[in-house]
Parts: sequence; structure tokens; C-alpha cells
Amino acid sequence: MTYSGGDYDIIVIGAGHAGSEAALASARIGLKTLLLTINLDSVAMMPCNPSIGGTGKGHLVREIDALGGEMGKNIDATMIQCKMLNTAKGPAVHSLRAQADKKAYQFRMKEVIENQVNLLLKQQEATEIIVENGKITGVVVNTGALYTCKAAIICSGTYLKGRIIIGDVQYDGGPNGLFPAMYLSDSLEKNGIELQRFKTGTPARVDAKTLDYSKMIIQEGDEHIVPFSFETDQIDIDQVPCYLTYTNPETHNIINANIERSPLYTGEVVGIGPRYCPSIETKVMRFHDKERHQIFMEPEGLNTNEIYVQGMSSCLPEDVQIALYRTVPGMEQVEFMRSAYAIEYDCIHPTRLKASLESKEVAGLFFAGQINGTSGYEEAGAQGLIAGINASLYLRGEQPVIIDRSEGYIGVLIDDIITKGIDEPYRMMTSRAEYRLLLRQDNADLRLTEIGHRVGLISDERFQKFLDKKEQIKEEIERLNHVTVKPTKENNEILKSFGSSEIQHGLSIGELIKRPEVKYLQTDVFDPVRPQLHWSVMEQVEVQIKYEGYIKKQLQQVEQFKKLEHKLIPQGINYPEIGGLRIEAAEKLQEIKPLSIGQASRISGVSPADISVLLIALEQRRRSSVKDVTTNE
Amino acid sequence: MEVLLQNEDTIAAVATGMGGAGIGIIRISGDQAVELGNNLFVNPKGKTLKTAKSHELIYGKIIDPETHKDIDEVLISKMKAPHSYTAEDVVEINCHGGIVPMRKILKLVIQAGARLAEPGEFTKRAFLNGRMDLTQAEAVIDIINAKTEKSLEYSVAQLEGRLSQKLEELDGTLIEILSHMEVNIDYPEYDIEEISYNFVNTQILGLLKKINEILAVAETGKIYREGITTAILGEPNVGKSSLLNTLLMEDKAIVTDIPGTTRDTIEEYINIEGIPFKIIDTAGIRETENLVEKIGVEKSKALLNQTNLVIFMRDISKALSEGEKELIELLKNRRTIYIANKTDAVSEQDLEIPAPWIPMSLLEDEGIELLKQKMLEMVFEGTVNQDADYLITNTRHISLLEVTKTSLENAIKTMDSQMPIELVSIDVMEALEALRGITGKAVGMDIIDQIFKNFCIGK
Repeated sequence: MTYSGGDYDIIVIGAGHAGSEAALASARIGLKTLLLTINLDSVAMMPCNPSIGGTGKGHLVREIDALGGEMGKNIDATMIQCKMLNTAKGPAVHSLRAQADKKAYQFRMKEVIENQVNLLLKQQEATEIIVENGKITGVVVNTGALYTCKAAIICSGTYLKGRIIIGDVQYDGGPNGLFPAMYLSDSLEKNGIELQRFKTGTPARVDAKTLDYSKMIIQEGDEHIVPFSFETDQIDIDQVPCYLTYTNPETHNIINANIERSPLYTGEVVGIGPRYCPSIETKVMRFHDKERHQIFMEPEGLNTNEIYVQGMSSCLPEDVQIALYRTVPGMEQVEFMRSAYAIEYDCIHPTRLKASLESKEVAGLFFAGQINGTSGYEEAGAQGLIAGINASLYLRGEQPVIIDRSEGYIGVLIDDIITKGIDEPYRMMTSRAEYRLLLRQDNADLRLTEIGHRVGLISDERFQKFLDKKEQIKEEIERLNHVTVKPTKENNEILKSFGSSEIQHGLSIGELIKRPEVKYLQTDVFDPVRPQLHWSVMEQVEVQIKYEGYIKKQLQQVEQFKKLEHKLIPQGINYPEIGGLRIEAAEKLQEIKPLSIGQASRISGVSPADISVLLIALEQRRRSSVKDVTTNE
Repeated sequence: MEVLLQNEDTIAAVATGMGGAGIGIIRISGDQAVELGNNLFVNPKGKTLKTAKSHELIYGKIIDPETHKDIDEVLISKMKAPHSYTAEDVVEINCHGGIVPMRKILKLVIQAGARLAEPGEFTKRAFLNGRMDLTQAEAVIDIINAKTEKSLEYSVAQLEGRLSQKLEELDGTLIEILSHMEVNIDYPEYDIEEISYNFVNTQILGLLKKINEILAVAETGKIYREGITTAILGEPNVGKSSLLNTLLMEDKAIVTDIPGTTRDTIEEYINIEGIPFKIIDTAGIRETENLVEKIGVEKSKALLNQTNLVIFMRDISKALSEGEKELIELLKNRRTIYIANKTDAVSEQDLEIPAPWIPMSLLEDEGIELLKQKMLEMVFEGTVNQDADYLITNTRHISLLEVTKTSLENAIKTMDSQMPIELVSIDVMEALEALRGITGKAVGMDIIDQIFKNFCIGK
């Protein structure tokens, strides 16, 4: 029997990284929000590695922050080590990554959620969605309560029919020893939402006191920490190191000798796993000529001995796991606290989602995170935030926020999964972005703060600060282009000391900064009246001047891209009826129902000729409808 | 990353069939059309395309903006949007219909920033911009599909054999370079060898060498596109004009017969089984003059050096003259077809024509087929044919290969100016996209696939 549990604008199912962002966004926008979790102690839990960020992912966190999400602030407050990756390369691919204190991360997020106006957090398992006339109207939970709602966001992570695999030991289970959610899948399928099985895995957590770090290579954080959030000014912490060690032929021998005990190789695991998180047995089997593999020891927090053994995920039986871990230098005496396991779970086909992340099957039902077939906390958080914003806009009858591929990694992520579909868990990589030079982590605020402000997630105060920063960048670039450096002997001596070549005639400082070897900060010797600027302003000035030519080139490409994105396709077109469209293309278009000609052209199996035919059919349609209107009058 | 389907940029193409009309028209359509046309055009009175009235026909020259060399004299006009075929700004360059000037002008327009139009693209734009009646929509779709089909067939036919293999090699190397760069960028902390600019540079130089080879072969193969330069030589009244007229009359695709005011030669095209022959003639030779006598031995040699093929004609009813003997001497070791004309004027028993002379009677329509066969044989025996199986003849393909080349050269420049690797990757990606435009393969997951195939990465 169910009882009426109350009415909400929006119900968010799952309080992981997607659910937390989704619920905070909708509550902050002003909608009455209920956040359901299977376990209150698992809010914003990190069931895999204890870190936030990395290549591409760090970009996502900065974008989340620019839009008014929580992830950046949360990691800034709870990090125990931080590194800017790729600093030897250009600014477009610099990426932040921080080690988190897992528990601190969870507690802080839980506290923020608990103290958020309009938001209620509850420990209950959603078992059923109620759909009436194609619209979501409520959610039933395991305790019998029926909550009515106008929109719901499913962020169920890896919990749906979760199955844990440790060698030949297999059981129904959620991540990290939690219960799985065994009922919601059936309710989704009953409502026309098709599911598929994906798989992922995690290595063992070992006891730090059983490790010998003296046999490993220490990995320190950066001396100067760059925060994730544009609102965090600086982070001053004592950082905790990680350690690096390697596998060896002995490790590989143990794997080879026991490979028939791996369910990955016996065919017992049916879910599709991500290629970028291969288990150690997969690495050894696939790259058998590689003599060693890197293993990183990452602390799970300040108040625990648990160490995450990066590079050693496995679903071999526990005895084999222990044996092979113990072959690694520094791990000879290692003791496990949690074993490595693989987990299989239900997820949807993301091509069944609109760009707003709303289901094409059920109005008002949104999906975000691993349920959409992605992997990673950052990917989940980004989708959660967008789903939270768009569910709110849906309730208000407003147009959804759709970030396009030229505006953010969030746009690349969502467009990829809804347009191209996925056949393995999706991880963000910078190489997925066409306009990588424009989508830098350093300018996420310049790209997205306005959207965050418009939807109500960025305060007027923060927005004003942002506008000031924008203005300062503009003014300083302008100013530098008008400060001339004369070709005097002294000046040329200074240039030589920078490792740069002499100048023959006067050049502006702007021109000088274009030289790869000349840094903005150095040029103050030529610049007696330089204003005091925040480091983030100086960074922008330098990047924008130095890469101006390349940035312009990408902006031109973006202009072309935008034209096609702005050619909208009216919904409700029956593609198979369009004469001249190839059958394969018609089927794909019918499934994806692209919003724009740009999106249509990215669907695999749709050729340029198909697009031409489509354009003509659309024009035909438009003109006939104009004609209809005129005749009706 | 994928090739953008561009519907909004400026496109250009030869609007009349290549070698299909007396006057050739290059059509440019799009926002940049006037700008592009303007930069290539000079008028003796200083008129410019920009300031010209819409639909006004102006006389002038097309010049190469880099070398300032004259390319052709033309009549040019602009049609301002929406009063044009496509309802966009359109520029039409009316030039001499020969394949050479048309190709040269088109090449300049593309270098200036236009894109070669896809099959049916002008018509498509015309329709989309409301220039055509709704009832014509189906027809437009048919045109696009038919043209696409045809060009696909053509591409497939062309891409079989060694050319396709060559392009595959280029593609493979590009993917290898890109996946190595990308794995370094996206997996900085894995013990994967850092790709060095030195390595990338060597790889790209290797690619450029291969591309240049293909383009060079395309250049020697331009004979197929631009015609086999052929001279008909002989004494006065041996029947040269009649032969030319017969050849021209049989060939419906006569290109042009404009005695160019700036040239002293007349060019005429005939088409034998798809191979264009450009018949050249110095002014007056069609009249009754002796070549050697008229212009001297040295000049005759110079003229002969410009030809790929000579048709030498004599009147079999007359004995060889001194002039003819001189000419025959001159033609030794050149690709020459010898015609013995007017067999009708000689009695059967007197007719003894030794090889390589081809007996011919234009009056009785004899020998023409044999001549044509001989002309084709000469082409296929010739040096032009030896590389034909990776000969690239499609103008669109050549222009894409040239874009590939430019992008790779840019990659080298980017590295030379010490720019970071992700900027080099932009250039290399552009090269790959252009190359994929030839093979028609989409740039999709293959770089990421290659990364996971070749590198052991992941936590």
C-alpha cells in the first residue's frame, strides 16, 4: 500500500555527483525539491578513485562552477593535494586534478544540501515512477510513500540492478558495499524506456601501514595551488603525497596463470566496460610486450589508512588479487581492506534523450550521470547541473539551456551522447572537443557565467565581479597594444636576456607577448604604468594575446558551425516519408530527432547528400505550411 | 571531430560543362563572392566589381593576385542578392571556354577562399533561398542524388588501385601522428613516450613528399583534363583544313573557336573517346603556308616542342616537296602521325602506301576512324600513361589534396614557431579532414580507437 508523501516540484532520484548538482540547482532556482538517496551516508560518494578533475574532466568542473554548480567549491574545500596537469603543453590542455579527502568531500556536500532552502534530503529507495498521459506525475519509494511531482531527474548511477563480480563470487549489490536498487529498472522499462548493461570496476583499497613507500616514487602536489572554483581565491593546505610503483614480470605471470579464473575472460560478464579503465588483467593480456605498468597509491583521506591502488582494478578472484598485488615493489606485505570488484548495472540509451536531458518518451522525466552511460564524477556532475536547470525551466515553461559544442565541454559531452550514442561508458577527453583552443579551463567563466546568471544560479554580485574582470582583460589588452617598446640597445639587451631576438623598430608590448618565449610578467620592464591586476586577469591577457591568430581561426570555424546549429528542424517530422532520403539515414534521423541541421550532420550514417535532401524537404514543408495558412485565411 | 557540412560559405564552380560550350562561366555564390571576384579582377578603366552595378557586364582581365600575371580576358558581372540564381550574391566570370583558362581561374577563386561546390549545390541553394517553385523540389532532390551518385561512382572508380592505397597510407600516418599527440595530451601521466616535434616533423615531411608525388603525377596527367596539344602540319592545299573540319564536325563537343585577340594561336578542342585533343595552329597555318619557310627552323622547333602530338599530312597524288622533306626531318623522334591524303586522286594500281603512312580520303570519308584510333594509341603508348593507376584527375580531389598539403605545411610552421602541441594538432586535424573529403570516410572515433589500440592507458 502506498500513502501520499506530499507534493514537490522536482524529485531527484539519487544523491551522487549528478543528483547533488541537480537538486541544488533546482532548489537554488527556487523550486521545491526532494532528493532521494538509498543511503544518507552515500551522498556525493566517490566509489572509485579519490580525485576530482584530470584532462578534460578538470575543464568540466570549471564549467560547472561557472554555471553556478557546487563541485568546484566542494573539492576546493576538501582537497588534500592538487596538480595542474599538462603545464608543459599549451593553455588549452592545462587541466586541474585534485586528490580529495573522500569523507570530507561527502560531508561538505551533504551539509550544503541539508542547508539549502527549498531542498529536502531523504533516505528512501525510489522503486517506481508514475506516468500519466505521457508525463511524469510522481515517484513511489520503498517505504510506501507516493510523492507527486511535476518533474523528476533520475541520477541512479550504477545502482540499477547492480551486480558485483569478484572472480567467481558474484552477488547483487551497489557500489562500495551498498545495496543495489532492484525495482526502478522495471518501472522504467514499463514506461517505454529501454535499458542496456554496462560494466565498470575499481581496484582494491589497501591498508597504508602495510605498504613500504621507501620502495616507491613520491608524487607531490603543485607548490602553488590553482583552485577549481572561480570564487575561491586561494588554497593553503599541507598537501599529502601520492606514490608511484610498477608491476613486473612476476605480476604478469600470476595474471597469465590465473586468467581462466577471470570472469572477463570466461564470458560471465556481459556488461560493456570502458576501454580507458581497463582492469590490470586486460592490460597485461592486451599489451603483453609491455614490461611494466604504472601503479599509483592515492590516499582516500586524512583520517583513514585506506589507499586507492590506481592501475590495479580487477575482477579476478580475491586470492589472485592479493597474490598479484604482493608482487609489486613496496606492496610485498600488503593487506586488503576492500577488494577490487567489477560492477554491472542498467543504463539507458542516451540517444533517447533530448539535448535538455529530458526523455523523449516521458515528458518531465530527466536523466543525468552514469544512468546515461557516462562514467566519472565530473561527467555526472555536469549532466546533473544541466538536468536540474532544465527541469526547472521545463516547469516554468521556458526554453532549456543547451550549451553547444563551441561553448563548453558540457556541450560536447551531451551532444556526443545524445547524437552519436555510446557503446561503452563515456569519459571526457580533450580530443573530443573540436574547438579545444577556445574551450580552455582558464576561460570557463568567460564562456558560461552569463548563462549561470540568466538562470539564477550566479548571484548579481558575482556577476558584477565577472563583468569587471571581463572589462579589465579587454582594457589591458588594448593598453598593451599601445605601449611601444623602442629598439634601443638596452631594450634589445633585455629581450636577449629573455632568450628572444632583437627588434629593429618599435613594437608594442602586445606584439612582443606574441613571441612564444616572452611572458607577460617579464614585459613590465618596458611598462612603467602597468596596473595592478588579479592573476586570473593577467593569465587571460597573456593567453588571448599569445594565441590570437589561432583563436581567430577557431572562431571562424565556430561561426560556420553556429550557422548550422541555428538552422532548426521542427519537431514532429516523419523522416521515412521524406522521398530521396536513404533508408539508413531516415531511420537514424527518426531515432535521434535532431534539433538542428548541425546536429543532424553529426549523426553517423547521415551523409552530406542526405542533409541536402533534408534541407530541401524542410523548405518544401515550410512553404506548404505558409501556403496552408494563407488559404485558410 | 568531423568535417563540417557547410551550407553558408562561398562556393564556386564552372557553371558550364568543362569543355562543353564556347564560353566558359565560373560561378561564385555566397557572402564573399563579390570580395573574391573583386580581388582577382582588373579593368583597364579602373572599374571594380565592388562598385559595379548589379547585373552590369564589365570587360577586364583576371589576374593572379600574387604574381600579378594576366590569366585571361573576361567579362565579369555580379548579381546582388536576392536577384541571382541562388538568391545570394553571385559573381559570374565569362572566360574563354578552354579548359586551361577555366581551370586556372577556378583555382584562383578557390585559393582566394571559396570552396568548390558540391554536386547540385547551386541548384540546392537556389531552391532553399526561394528561387524555385515548390513543384521543383523533387527535381532538385533528384539532381542532388543523381549527381552525388555519379560523383561517387567516379570517385570509387578513381580510388581503386594504387591511388586508393596511397591515400590510405597518408590517412594511416595522419591517424598515427594524431593519436600519439592526443594520447600525450589526454594521458599526460602515463609512461608513454612523449611525441617530439622532431618526430612529427619527420613524419609530416614524409607525408608532404608523398602528397607532392601524387600532385606531380596529377600534373603530368593534366593532359587528360586539359587536352593533348596536337598540331596538324603540312604543305598548302594538302587538306589540313578539311581534316580539321571533319574532326570538328564529327565531334559535337566543339569547345571554342574564338580567335583570341591576345593570342596568335587558335585553339580548338575535339574529343575522342573522352580524351580531349587541343588542336593548335599558329595563325595562318590553316591558310596555305609552309611552316618552315614562314617562321624558320628554330621557331618551328619551338612550336613543335609545345605539342604532344603532330599530325603530318601530305597529298599522295604529289611527290614530296623539299619543304615537306625538311619538315619530316624535323619530326623525326617526335610523336607524329603521317597521313597520306587524297587517295581518291590516285589510281588503284599506283597506290602503294608504306607504313607508317595512313591512307586517307576526306572526300570519300576514308581513314578518319583509323586516324582517331592512331591518335588514341599514341596517347596510351605515351609516357603520360605509365602512372595512370594513381593518377588523380578529379578537380575536387586535387583541391582537397592541396588543402591537406597546406594544412601540413602550417603544422610545420606552427612547430617552427614553438607553439604548443595542441595547436599543431589543429593543423594536422585539418589535413586529415581534407584527406577524408576525398575518401569520403568520416572523421569519427578512429583517433580515440587508435589510442586505445596502441597505448596502454587508464586507471
